[in-house]
Amino acid sequence: MAALYEGYTLCGLVPGQTLTNSGIQGIEAERDSDHVVVTDSTRSVTLYKVSDQKPLSSWTVKQGQTLTCPAVYNSQTEEYVVVSDNKVIRIWKDEDILLDKAFKATVSSDVWRVHCLPGGEPVVLFQRGAVRLLDSLLSAPQQPIEEVLAQEEAIRWSTNIVADSQQFVIFTTEQKGDSFLYLHRLNPNTLQRYRLEREEPGLSPLSFSASYRDKHICLLYLYPNGHVYQSVVSVRGLGGDEGAQALPLPRSLLLGLPVGEGLLEAASAQLLDEAHVAVVGVPHPSAGAGKDFLCIWNTNFQTLQAGKEMAGKIYGQLWTFSNKLFIPHGKTLSVIPYECPKSSLASALGKLKQAKTEGELKQMSCVPSWNNILHGDKAQPSRPAETRKTVSNFIKTKYLNFSVQTAPVEEVQREVEGLLSRADIQDLQPLVGQLASMLVSRSLADPAFYTPSTLAQLVHTQSLCHSVCPDLVLLALERRDFFLCQLCLQFFPDIPEAVTCACLKAFIRVVIKTGEEDKEKSSTPPEPICPVGLHKAVLLNEVLLTAYSDTFLLPHLKDLSSQHVVLFLQYLQFLYLKYSQDASPQMHGLRSPSLTQIMDWVCMVLDAHFTVLVMTPEAKGLLVNLHSFVKSQVRLVSELGKIEGSLQELNKMKVKKDVGQYSIEIIELF
Amino acid sequence: MGEFKVHRVRFFDYMPSAIRAMAFNSHTERLALVRADGALEIFNFADHYFQEKVIPGQDGRAVEALCWVGQRLFSAGLNGEITEYDLENLRPRYTVEAYGGPIWTIGSNKQGTLLMVGCEDGTVKMFEILKERIQFQRNLERQKGRIVSLSWHPSGTLIAAGMMDMIRIFNAETGKEMQHDPESREVVVWSVAFLSDYTIISGDSAGKVQIWDGLTGTLVRTHLVTKWDVLCLSVSQDESSLIAGTSEGTVVQFQFISSTVDQQEEEWVRTRTFKNHSHDVRALAHTETAVVSGGMDTQLVVRPLLDKVEKNTQESAMRKIALPHRSLVCCAKKAGLLLFQFPDHLEVWRVGESDGHGEENTHTHTHTHTHTHYAYSALSPCGEWLAYSTVSSVRLYRLQYNNISITKVGCSTLTLLPLFSVSVIVHTALFINTIKCMSELALFFSSSYFQLDKLSIVAIETTVTIYGSVCLQLHCTVPIYSSCPTAIAIHPTTSHLVVVHADQQIFEYSLVQKEYTEWSRKLQKQGLHSLWLERDTPVTHVTFSLKNPAHIILHDMFMFCIIDQSLPLPESKTLLYNQMTLRSLPEQERIRHSHAFKICKNFKHVMCVSLLEDHSLVVVERPLLDMMSQLPAPVRQKKFAT
Repeated sequence: MAALYEGYTLCGLVPGQTLTNSGIQGIEAERDSDHVVVTDSTRSVTLYKVSDQKPLSSWTVKQGQTLTCPAVYNSQTEEYVVVSDNKVIRIWKDEDILLDKAFKATVSSDVWRVHCLPGGEPVVLFQRGAVRLLDSLLSAPQQPIEEVLAQEEAIRWSTNIVADSQQFVIFTTEQKGDSFLYLHRLNPNTLQRYRLEREEPGLSPLSFSASYRDKHICLLYLYPNGHVYQSVVSVRGLGGDEGAQALPLPRSLLLGLPVGEGLLEAASAQLLDEAHVAVVGVPHPSAGAGKDFLCIWNTNFQTLQAGKEMAGKIYGQLWTFSNKLFIPHGKTLSVIPYECPKSSLASALGKLKQAKTEGELKQMSCVPSWNNILHGDKAQPSRPAETRKTVSNFIKTKYLNFSVQTAPVEEVQREVEGLLSRADIQDLQPLVGQLASMLVSRSLADPAFYTPSTLAQLVHTQSLCHSVCPDLVLLALERRDFFLCQLCLQFFPDIPEAVTCACLKAFIRVVIKTGEEDKEKSSTPPEPICPVGLHKAVLLNEVLLTAYSDTFLLPHLKDLSSQHVVLFLQYLQFLYLKYSQDASPQMHGLRSPSLTQIMDWVCMVLDAHFTVLVMTPEAKGLLVNLHSFVKSQVRLVSELGKIEGSLQELNKMKVKKDVGQYSIEIIELF
Repeated sequence: MGEFKVHRVRFFDYMPSAIRAMAFNSHTERLALVRADGALEIFNFADHYFQEKVIPGQDGRAVEALCWVGQRLFSAGLNGEITEYDLENLRPRYTVEAYGGPIWTIGSNKQGTLLMVGCEDGTVKMFEILKERIQFQRNLERQKGRIVSLSWHPSGTLIAAGMMDMIRIFNAETGKEMQHDPESREVVVWSVAFLSDYTIISGDSAGKVQIWDGLTGTLVRTHLVTKWDVLCLSVSQDESSLIAGTSEGTVVQFQFISSTVDQQEEEWVRTRTFKNHSHDVRALAHTETAVVSGGMDTQLVVRPLLDKVEKNTQESAMRKIALPHRSLVCCAKKAGLLLFQFPDHLEVWRVGESDGHGEENTHTHTHTHTHTHYAYSALSPCGEWLAYSTVSSVRLYRLQYNNISITKVGCSTLTLLPLFSVSVIVHTALFINTIKCMSELALFFSSSYFQLDKLSIVAIETTVTIYGSVCLQLHCTVPIYSSCPTAIAIHPTTSHLVVVHADQQIFEYSLVQKEYTEWSRKLQKQGLHSLWLERDTPVTHVTFSLKNPAHIILHDMFMFCIIDQSLPLPESKTLLYNQMTLRSLPEQERIRHSHAFKICKNFKHVMCVSLLEDHSLVVVERPLLDMMSQLPAPVRQKKFAT
């Protein structure tokens, strides 16, 4: 799972007067991954060493002059290039102290950007769409520059990309509400123009991000309504009909981000790798209306992988260099390291849950729940009757927002119940998430407010997941609502390992307190003796059934105390023994983990605590037993391996044809 | 060679009957075997275990025991009669009533002068063996209860008798009872063996093999070998090994050896267990090199003792003889009819039309009226004439199929037979594949043919003689070969005689030139392929293709073979069973790789292969599994991992 780590400040900001501008014009990579060149929106260029969080040198243009393009670093010549006042190109080296004394050249047309990739040649993009290599431009600075764009067309964003040793300049323009994408290939020069599909009228993309992979250029763009689209352009098909009619650019919706009320104003989406997108300026799905969040979304599974609240105003700017996100917010420029491990379904959802068939899902009602055990059936939430009624999403939202945030517990319960019984659950998916996160945040804020049955009902709709309201499980743990915990573990496909571990810890601990009494009541047969009570067994089974991924769970498991580990291992051992004796473990009323799941957990707990366990005298017998399990498993596998060949032969064996009493056959002799 | 339409027939419900008793003659290496229906079979162990003689049984004559006296064979049964067989003419020579009720056992002294039988009434009766007959001599002291088993001490002075609950020892000269060994509870002593060191070994219904001291009457040792009965015992000639057959189908071997290396004293030690039968082992013979056993499951099993034979040779291979070594099926080639011979009736069936899968049966049963069983039977190619023989007579019938009827045409006693059969043959061109007898000549071989109006073949053991059938003059005699002929046929167009022997050799003899044909000489010069010689079932039938005179069709139990005389013979290094290889080759290549022996192993437990006039094959199979399924349930079934 992707993760955002603790960030640090690179520098302070001097925001512009309007407060919509962060004061940073651009950040470009310098010689290595640890150096960046930051160009502010007025006069200065600063070189930072990122890990030291300090500036190495700084250059400023004279008062009255302004930098109109972010400075870039040409790694081939070890020179910096910047444009001031649109037309003056300045080139200098690290040792130059005064920018005014450095080389400059004035060109005949306004420059939009200078781009330079590491190892590549600097490229100049003019405001009217023309592209020149810096060298050829400087050989004749006053050369005429053609106009590529139409009259009212203006560049919005640009970048360059090296694909198969071909350099591309990519820029997008806007003309009367239409957006266009230009792909300019250098050497030989070709230009291809694409028209972006229109979103809702009046909306134009807020941010672009481009990357190159598998011979395709991949363009990602975010609209103010929270839609993130991806368009893929093949590099090969380029060329030919230069300047012809703009081709339509097909797009696919990657993400529909929650935008809360209104449209996004300052937001940015940046491709991190093929499966992850960093988004800034979009509200966190479970944290109310505030938009000051940096989130990483997995586009393959549409799950929120990590989120971080950024203090202060977000300007909708985001850069990424070598696993670091650079984000100006409030009055600082923060650097936030991140990690996007190769994603797979298993790591996105953790170890796969036991495959559940439709029948099993229905049977879940017969699983004893925490509440059943404690209070009998009365607390069991009634499944809402499904009657269809079309209610405008908007009205519902408004109405509920109001009641959920202010009304007393009983009223909220009534309202939500009414809503759930009124409408088709499937249509309500976004609403349920919103409701749940509102309830959770209100409960967190107000210790007196808690609606267990309502939350349980919402979880029961199965339209919630952990990404939607990440605090729900922790809230339930905090309020010691183990039934809700159980439900969440059962229905959420994406519970992070840290939360799973927190549940495990809480379950072990809480039952230790009431454990003695439980043991008396437990109806398990004397042989073998279950080390925990029935309640705890139910809860622990739920933990065992949760999806997880080893690498992320292991560090959290280490937090368990040795006493708890021993108890947990004893329980796992009990389960193992029970299931290896019993041919049909699924016959128990409990939702029971499979033998493999049990063994996986045993291995993991041992991995996490082996050294501690070896030193713990009371764990000695346990370890010996577990060792014998391993031995027996190894023996079993080797025995199975032996008969594998024979069994395969059985499979191959032809079914002998029954000839019967009399038949006429044809044989051929040679 | 091309495609053949095969009528695969599996509805011949032939069921051999259970083996009841056997006796091995170590001088002649013949095994006499008698079945529950009274049929007697003689196997020649010196000649590839070939079943060379069969005397059909008779209703109501259940033979219980067999005994060789020199070359003479005696049997006794529950009908209370002692029978001596005429092994030349293949019929009982005479029977003598013992007047003691059912006879359970028979035995002779080593000198071959006396025969004794154990009777139901508790008497042991002694008969003097004369040259032509046997004569009652005296009774031994009468006991209470039947005499189930007897064994004569090699010296001839003492006789051990196994009875209900006890073993008694008689003085053979005085007839006085000497000792008895009481058994503790109700058991039947099924078998006793009296060894020359006066040890008596008994096998009883309590599942024990017990070793007694015959002089003192004390029990030396008890071996519990089964939960059920020990039914029979057999001791090797040198008295060093003993085998016991049980109801479980096992044969347990005991050897007279010292049980530990340093121990001087020898004793009977249980050594090996053979499990070759699913049912009771009723009869055993301990030959010098092998254990021969038979019982309820009808199979004769020859299990070589691996310490007595050379390993990995043909001699060391176990043999199971399940089907008779003669043809019980006769095929009318022109009419497409099949004649099945059962012990007590005959069935005629018609093979189906080309598209049909259901068998067509035209029926017909004939029953013997004399309660003697069929020996041989034959059907003429047109299907109109049916002939059969029993031990005492030959009968000829005419069949009509439109409204099925059967008319007896002729019946002859054996002395009238030759004239009679000749006249039939002349008029109907009937092949009678049956046994014939002339006044001084015994014709008992199954492959005796009456060919058109010309010739008849007579094979007596290893000699094949050809007679002109009109006047029964000797036409010629085929050179004598050391092995029994197992199948003989005369080619209808070339008049070549084809003989296949028990050692798998094939000879072709020209009856016109009265010498071996060129092909036969070539075959002998080159020698048959080693794999051909290693087959362990005899060829039981030879027939020819009407279309292609160069084709000889023959079969054994596991394959049939079409010999194409126009093709080169397989050399020792070529692949004998090459049909699969040829199939995979392109057509042009096949000729280069093909040889004269076209062997098809698609069919198992073949009882007859014949080529009909329309060039389609008839294959009659009798799967062993079908036969096994007709047996009663065994006392003990092998369950997995028990």
